[in-house]
Amino acid sequence: MTVETKLTMTEQDVRSFSASHSEPEAFTNLRVQALAAAEALPLPKPDKTKIINWNFTDFPVHTVESSTYASLDELPEQVKSIVDTDQKNLYIQHNNTPAYISLDKNLQQQGVILTDIQTAIREHGDLVAKYFMTEAVKAEEHKLTALHAALLNGGMFLYVPKNLAIKNPVQAIFVHDNEEASLFNHALIVADKGSEVTYVENYISTVPNAKGQANIVSEVFAEDNASVTYGAVDVLAEGFTTYVNRRGVAQRDARIEWALGMMNDSDTISDNTTFLIGDNSVGDTKTVVVGRGTQKQNFTTQVIHWGKNSDGQILKHGVMKDSASAIFNGIGKIEHGATKANAEQESRVLMLSPKARGDANPILLIDEDDVTAGHAASVGRVDPLQLYYLMSRGITKQEAERLVIHGFLAPVVNVLPIEGVKKQLTEVIERKVR
Amino acid sequence: MSTLVIKDLHVEIEGKQILKGVNITINTSEIHAIMGPNGTGKSTLASAIMGHPKYEVTQGTIELDGEDVLAMEVDERARAGLFLAMQYPSEISGVTNADFMRSAMNARREEGNEVSLMKFIRELDSKMETLAMDQDMAQRYLNEGFSGGEKKRNEILQMMMIKPTFAVLDEIDSGLDIDALKVVSEGINQMKGENFGCLIITHYQRLLNYITPDHVHVMMQGRVVKSGGPELAHKLEAEGYDWIKTELGIEDETVGQEA
Repeated sequence: MTVETKLTMTEQDVRSFSASHSEPEAFTNLRVQALAAAEALPLPKPDKTKIINWNFTDFPVHTVESSTYASLDELPEQVKSIVDTDQKNLYIQHNNTPAYISLDKNLQQQGVILTDIQTAIREHGDLVAKYFMTEAVKAEEHKLTALHAALLNGGMFLYVPKNLAIKNPVQAIFVHDNEEASLFNHALIVADKGSEVTYVENYISTVPNAKGQANIVSEVFAEDNASVTYGAVDVLAEGFTTYVNRRGVAQRDARIEWALGMMNDSDTISDNTTFLIGDNSVGDTKTVVVGRGTQKQNFTTQVIHWGKNSDGQILKHGVMKDSASAIFNGIGKIEHGATKANAEQESRVLMLSPKARGDANPILLIDEDDVTAGHAASVGRVDPLQLYYLMSRGITKQEAERLVIHGFLAPVVNVLPIEGVKKQLTEVIERKVR
Repeated sequence: MSTLVIKDLHVEIEGKQILKGVNITINTSEIHAIMGPNGTGKSTLASAIMGHPKYEVTQGTIELDGEDVLAMEVDERARAGLFLAMQYPSEISGVTNADFMRSAMNARREEGNEVSLMKFIRELDSKMETLAMDQDMAQRYLNEGFSGGEKKRNEILQMMMIKPTFAVLDEIDSGLDIDALKVVSEGINQMKGENFGCLIITHYQRLLNYITPDHVHVMMQGRVVKSGGPELAHKLEAEGYDWIKTELGIEDETVGQEA
């Protein structure tokens, strides 16, 4: 039985939204086709989580108008604290409105592009046409990717030209402070041959509740010998149904590193996939999660090896409390011909209450003989001997648990390259596990 | 002066009785050594004093200056002045050695009166130098990937930073080469004084070449079967334990056996 989903947006709505942003005809057509496809396409099927009854399609309004920020002083305190004082490369979006942008002058002159996605669609049509939902995530993959393409209403575009290494991180902040808002955001990052960039994004709700959809797609392209480090801290409010799909494509000798702090209070389906297309490419994925309340979440992390001698690492650490439940699927897939590939993964789940549920589900799919692979998985409570050890030094049980949990989630916290964001993630963890 | 009094201590692990009436009194400024072959209950005594979750005290008392230690949680025992250098310390990923030690020191202080970072670092550096530890060990995760010898030094480092009233050292010498043994002994000797008492558990006499105990106790079958001065340790080194067994009519010294 399939559930017939009535979409709240008609073709006419999509066309007029596209026209109001002066999008090129090709992009309008892409939206219209995707909208038509979304009706019929099935939902994705994250392993071990039934989402057939989740509501991914209803939302009060497609876009809300929000203020722009003339200067960083106008940011809400919560947001201000995650922007380091010397942060030069910054995009801030206020609900659906591009609200602030700055890019180092030198980088601009050297050809770096940092802009909101709508501007990119208008002004950098060739790059967008080449990379937007063509290779990493395709609109016709399933209902949610199709909806994403049809209803896209925000996001950012970053292009790093050949052989340029950007020393300071590029930061994108998506501020959500309107309950009615829905986020169909797309981050498109292209690191051309031999370039290097670190990108950090924050999804931050400053209101406790949401009524809309968060349907987020990121596509990262690391061309030959390029290196992209992608950090994220997601703190979206309860009430969203969050679908977040972050994917990367690494060409020859390229490297993509992910450090994802998934701290949403909403039900969340996350797909994080790295395609190691080129020989000697590297994909390193680190994800930490805290689930609380009655949250239901599914985190699927995949590294797919096509390139010879490619190296894929998956690390996932989840803390579950209250009645929260989460599935951690880790998939290392080695295609035929990817000789000397190495696929490693480690998934660990820490349970803080008897009603919490967590499942680590490591999968290795190997279609080549000459490879190495390994996985480790564990699900359990805080080790009583660790607590005993810490307490034997005078540390209270509560503080000992806190230390163990923070330590357990440290792999992502420690690698986030922006101090303010590192501190923010630590504080969010603190708040969520308390 | 403080006093730790262990009286008629009976301890079970998973229903099996290990200690069958241990009596020891330790004052500050004293160093006691507990010796004995493997399997006679020495480490059980150490764990029971600290409150290891798997060890159940079924009879007897432990008092620290008249306070009932057995009624205290593990962390309360530590804050009351007890310390155990463990034989198998836990590894805790993601928590740096330095952060852990600061938390331990601050756990003993009032909020708002935390140890200053500069003072802490200076002290840590100097103690690590005494113990010939690499400075980078402060920033490594607690015991994670430490060698056996590094773990032992790290236990002694914690003791030196925390400055307990009574330290129990559970086989701190096992697995140490002679150089490591010397630096660890140096660390323990630095602690000696009128505000510090120590219970050293070992089955080798060699540690006692570097730390002179005031009292030596021999454990067999879950009890202290003989006590004496430092000369007892020398006699054990020279002659082994058989003469004690003969003297007391013990055939099998391990717990679970009766005289």
